[in-house]
Amino acid sequence: MMPELGKYALSVLSAYGATALILSALVIYVLRRSAVAKAALAAQESSEDG
Amino acid sequence: MMSLWEYANPVKFLRLSSKVMPWAWGVGVSCLVIGLVWGFFFTPDDYRMGSTVKIIYLHVPSALMAINAWFMMLVASLIWLIRRHHVSALAAKAAAPVGIAMTLIALITGAIWGQPMWGTWWVWDPRLTSFLILFLFYLGYLALWAGIGNPDTAADLTSILCIVGSVFAVLSRYAVNFWSQGLHQGASLSLDKEENVADVFYQPLLFSIAGFVLLFFALVLLGTRSEIQLRRARALSLRGHTK
Amino acid sequence: MSALLVRDLKLAIRAGGGFGLALAFFLIVIVLVPLGVGPEMDILSKIASGVLWLGALLACLLSLDRIFALDHEDGTLDLLVTSPLPLEAVIMTKALAHWITTGLPLVVVAPLVAVLLGLPSNGYVWLAISLLLGSPALSLIGTFGAALTLGLKRGGLLLSVLVLPLYIPTMIFGSEVARRGIEGAGVQTPLLLLAGISFGTVAVLPFASSAVLRINLR
Repeated sequence: MMPELGKYALSVLSAYGATALILSALVIYVLRRSAVAKAALAAQESSEDG
Repeated sequence: MMSLWEYANPVKFLRLSSKVMPWAWGVGVSCLVIGLVWGFFFTPDDYRMGSTVKIIYLHVPSALMAINAWFMMLVASLIWLIRRHHVSALAAKAAAPVGIAMTLIALITGAIWGQPMWGTWWVWDPRLTSFLILFLFYLGYLALWAGIGNPDTAADLTSILCIVGSVFAVLSRYAVNFWSQGLHQGASLSLDKEENVADVFYQPLLFSIAGFVLLFFALVLLGTRSEIQLRRARALSLRGHTK
Repeated sequence: MSALLVRDLKLAIRAGGGFGLALAFFLIVIVLVPLGVGPEMDILSKIASGVLWLGALLACLLSLDRIFALDHEDGTLDLLVTSPLPLEAVIMTKALAHWITTGLPLVVVAPLVAVLLGLPSNGYVWLAISLLLGSPALSLIGTFGAALTLGLKRGGLLLSVLVLPLYIPTMIFGSEVARRGIEGAGVQTPLLLLAGISFGTVAVLPFASSAVLRINLR
């Protein structure tokens, strides 16, 4: 299934690898910040009610 | 102190974005997968660049988004300064990490591409240099957000920095063009991408670009939501303290 | 306005005011370059104009946080903001005082220090001219950065990260004037662009800086 990348295999694969790495870091950062925000808001709102 | 106006818009935004976001994620990720799988597995090698042409599906969309993210920040900053929509300021803030990640991807995939094609990781070519400079502008913008405690002050100051920075970024772009010409007249290593791309590469590239755009959109929406929620939590805790 | 200028100049020249420190810093940077690069005069003379511009840039940067910090601490700045003088004029005066105490001395000293780097003899005039034309932009951009970071605890480092990218066009055109002057190529274009940047910053940046200052002091 793997296409024939020839002598540039390392370049192509490392480009895809680096992009995957940066993109996943970005997505994880955004998701984690979202979780933190949700938790902070929930904590404040529950203390507001109680 | 909180006026209704200040309150209503973010609420509307939260409601709308929660409806739009799943679509943006879904369509964005599918476009990205289609574009990348198509490009990676089902396109031929370029006669000149060999299999490295496959890097185009990462390099061009990320470079595009790196510039567009800054442009979006500029528009959002202007809207914040003129209309005082909080969502706008927070959207600019949310776009910055995405933009800097895109710039980094463009720089790194470019370097990896340049190595076999030009025989070097880096050249001080105008295009490359201006991207590196764009990266520095993102760094400054993010550092200013991180440095200021009061969120309204931070929103104001970063907006002004974004506008002034845009002017200087454009100036730098021209300056760099001029400066590199001064070194080697006209002899540029940069590939003229638009003209080189044949249809076989173009179609998956379109999917990939659409994927990057929608992914950016989804990430900015989610980031803006987080910023709104954080501000809301902050406002509630301040109110709790003063009570 | 002139009273403010005279006061700022006096404060700067007084001991601990930072005047002279920037020059000393500039000298040290220039001395460090051959120590790092190696003593070959032909290499040094080739990079001399760029290194001198870079040194001037850094020396300028070093003294920026003093523009507003002292006045902010003792409350003078609040008085200046509420005074009948337009804030833009206050900022112009501050930038002018910074330029007179940092930019102008650098213009005078740079050609002297250039001897150490073996700047080609036809380069002195162009170096001085480019610094003279470019350094006002450095002071004005720096004033904007100083206004942005006013009152921040770790402002100094942030200030450099903010201001240095903004310095890029000025430095490119400035050192290009010197380099082209040495090579005997036409200097008109970079010279005009450099002047354009300087005048442009004079015209526009005080407004941005005063907006920033008002936000920071509210």
